[in-house]
Amino acid sequence: MKTHTSTGSLATWSGYRINPVGLVSFCVVLFWALVALFAPYLAPHSVGDMVDLDYFGPMRPGLWLGSDYLGRDMLSRIIYGTRYTVGISLAAVFIACFTGVVLGMTSAVLRGPVDMVVSRVLDAMNSIPSKLFGLMVVAAVGSSIPVLILTLSVIYIPGAYRFSRSLAVNIDTMDFMMVARIRGEKLPYLIGSEILPNIVGPVLADLGLRFVFIVLLLSGLSFLGLGVQPPYADWGALVRENIGGLPFAAPAVIVPSLAIATLTISVNLLIDNLPRKIRDRSAS
Amino acid sequence: MTNLVEIRGLTVEATTDSGRWIQILKGIDLDIAAGETVAFIGESGSGKTTAAMTLLGYARPGCRISGGTVRVDGHDMVTLSEKQRAALRGTVVAYVPQSAAAAFNPAATIMDQVIEVTRIHQLMPPDEARRRAVALFRALSLPNPDSIGDRYPHQVSGGQLQRLAAAMALIGDPKVVIFDEPTTALDVTTQVEVLRAFKAVTARRQIACVYVSHDLAVVAQIADRIMVLRHGEVQETGSVDDILTRPTHPYTKELLHAFHPDTGGRVAAAEAFATDASPLLEIKTLSAGYGPPQANGLPLALAVKGVSLQVKRGTNLGIIGESGCGKSTLARAIAGILPACNGDIQFDGRELWHSARQRSREQLRDLQIVFQHADTALNPAKSIEDILGRPLTFYHGLRGKARDARIDALMDMVRLPRSLRHRLPAELSGGQKQRVNFARALAAEPKLILCDEITSALDTVVASTIIDLLKELQRELGLSYVFISHDLSVIEAICDEIIVMYRGQAVETIIPSARQQPQHPYSQLLFSSVPKLDPTWLDTLDIDPERMRVA
Repeated sequence: MKTHTSTGSLATWSGYRINPVGLVSFCVVLFWALVALFAPYLAPHSVGDMVDLDYFGPMRPGLWLGSDYLGRDMLSRIIYGTRYTVGISLAAVFIACFTGVVLGMTSAVLRGPVDMVVSRVLDAMNSIPSKLFGLMVVAAVGSSIPVLILTLSVIYIPGAYRFSRSLAVNIDTMDFMMVARIRGEKLPYLIGSEILPNIVGPVLADLGLRFVFIVLLLSGLSFLGLGVQPPYADWGALVRENIGGLPFAAPAVIVPSLAIATLTISVNLLIDNLPRKIRDRSAS
Repeated sequence: MTNLVEIRGLTVEATTDSGRWIQILKGIDLDIAAGETVAFIGESGSGKTTAAMTLLGYARPGCRISGGTVRVDGHDMVTLSEKQRAALRGTVVAYVPQSAAAAFNPAATIMDQVIEVTRIHQLMPPDEARRRAVALFRALSLPNPDSIGDRYPHQVSGGQLQRLAAAMALIGDPKVVIFDEPTTALDVTTQVEVLRAFKAVTARRQIACVYVSHDLAVVAQIADRIMVLRHGEVQETGSVDDILTRPTHPYTKELLHAFHPDTGGRVAAAEAFATDASPLLEIKTLSAGYGPPQANGLPLALAVKGVSLQVKRGTNLGIIGESGCGKSTLARAIAGILPACNGDIQFDGRELWHSARQRSREQLRDLQIVFQHADTALNPAKSIEDILGRPLTFYHGLRGKARDARIDALMDMVRLPRSLRHRLPAELSGGQKQRVNFARALAAEPKLILCDEITSALDTVVASTIIDLLKELQRELGLSYVFISHDLSVIEAICDEIIVMYRGQAVETIIPSARQQPQHPYSQLLFSSVPKLDPTWLDTLDIDPERMRVA
């Protein structure tokens, strides 16, 4: 069924309405995902190879994105940087959202003292500025990828918790929750089968948003030199090490910034423009 | 021009999710003279509210008036600009919404909201508007007309708020007023007061009224003519007498029939009732309430005060009373949702814990509760199949093919087409949702089902088919029901014994088959407040509800 409608959408595909903005941003996200996956096959040079005699070299054939402050190939460094930025952020966001959402739904269902204790503890964590917390942890135990992932996820658990708890509290007041309770259902069924399907949409949107926050925080930490350590670098670290190229308008400082911007903006646009199911009962 | 309202060939279209336009009103013609009241009656989704709204020149978002003319006092509401329409709203044509509680702003005083119309249209200085409002309050027989305007909406009762909403509509001296199901959300005893007030005020001011309702008996009291709508088409138009005594259209006949539910088929049960069968459920001096426990061990607000009752096997008990009388709290206490603070619950010969958490799975299975609003009682994210399948797996351990077969059997039992299995609740009609809601309780194979106002949110016709279904299932499965409602005709149709509740206490037990007359003054008020199809009923009713309140 191919119908042109007045509501501004371009394509409908097997009962879903696809928005052009969503499609474009999906392509950008997919592009970065593929780059992260196939980095070793795509990168022309190794991360540490110094291939240019000049530093902050311009874009030219062979060095498509110029060279960095040590004369290394910028394209290869960005391709490898994708792995760190996307990989660490993705792992962190999944841990943060999974823990936060499960705790949030549990508090909403159990109420009473459990809710009280979990909420207060997480509120207390929420009150610590995120960058400061990151600085503190890295200063205390040093920077490694597992430490970064755990730190980033701990920072974003309270937000995911608050968000899912407020959604779950609304669902919990519905009569079907009462029906399930007096049927004698236990906690895992209540949160997994009754509440989760009703909040999964907003929770996914929140996951996308939190992914963006984590990318930015990771980039910020790396920019301060506390993130991924040399010779490897994520995008934030690439911006920092090449900041000296700013007066020379070197592509080495602009391109990683652009990479961060395209990924975060695309993820944001994608979650705002997800395909929408067309539910038309009267359709033939 | 003699008619105040002239509607010719009116069509309204709505857009579907995939962007197609479908007609929801298919050519309506209507004339209303000054001082005349026309009722739009029909089931939900028949287009009655949509039709009434066109008098304001308004179509809901996603809808548009696609053809025809709506002339109100000489203005064609269809062709006017939005600004011109706004100038007429409140002064020529006004609207009284169904839920006054939702229509008032809780943060402003009632008076400010009632006289807002005069301020927007700059009709009169505020002081004069206030004097007028007080006069209207008096005409609508509101208590303390001089000071009620200083209160906030939550400080007055539902019936009073509905009359205040009418005052809000009438202050601009409109020629046409649209009442959109104004008494549907009210108790019968309150409904009587509100209807009387509306009738008196509109008659005195020669206002043309459009009264939207699905309750034929209410309409019979207030309307001069009735227009029956179904699927966006006028089925029948005629005077109240014609429609009530000589209906020609099958749907109108169906509506009338739904009003006389047959009480047959209950004879067998009544016999069982007479013989001294052992009680299935026995409650002794049960109390329940809300809020923290006080020094005497009782909760702060006691909603049920020492109620005792008995349900015998295979018989039905009705609990009736106005909103706030504690009937739903009683059901919740029996189900263990709200643990009772005092008293005993004996079920099937064994003492039940007050809290559902401590009851065994078998006890929970035997005693099911069905809630009023199927919309919130069914998980919107799960298919009908999942909703019905869960109790089967949970209580009976059914899986795979056995479970599928049982789901089909349950759907047949409640007369739902099997093709609805994979639908979500939002894709079902109100009556179908209530059937699913009920089938889920049946899936547990209970001995007793608590029905908490399960027909209140449904149309008369749909409600009567649900009641028939309940009776049939009872014959087949040997169930017992505890039926909670504020609607006497529903309770009379299905129950062997009726308990009247008032302010948390069971004031009277009535056995309908014994043709027993109510003795307690509240029961008398309640029974006499149920609207009858006789158009002269409201005018001849001699009970004064306010007097009862004081007593």
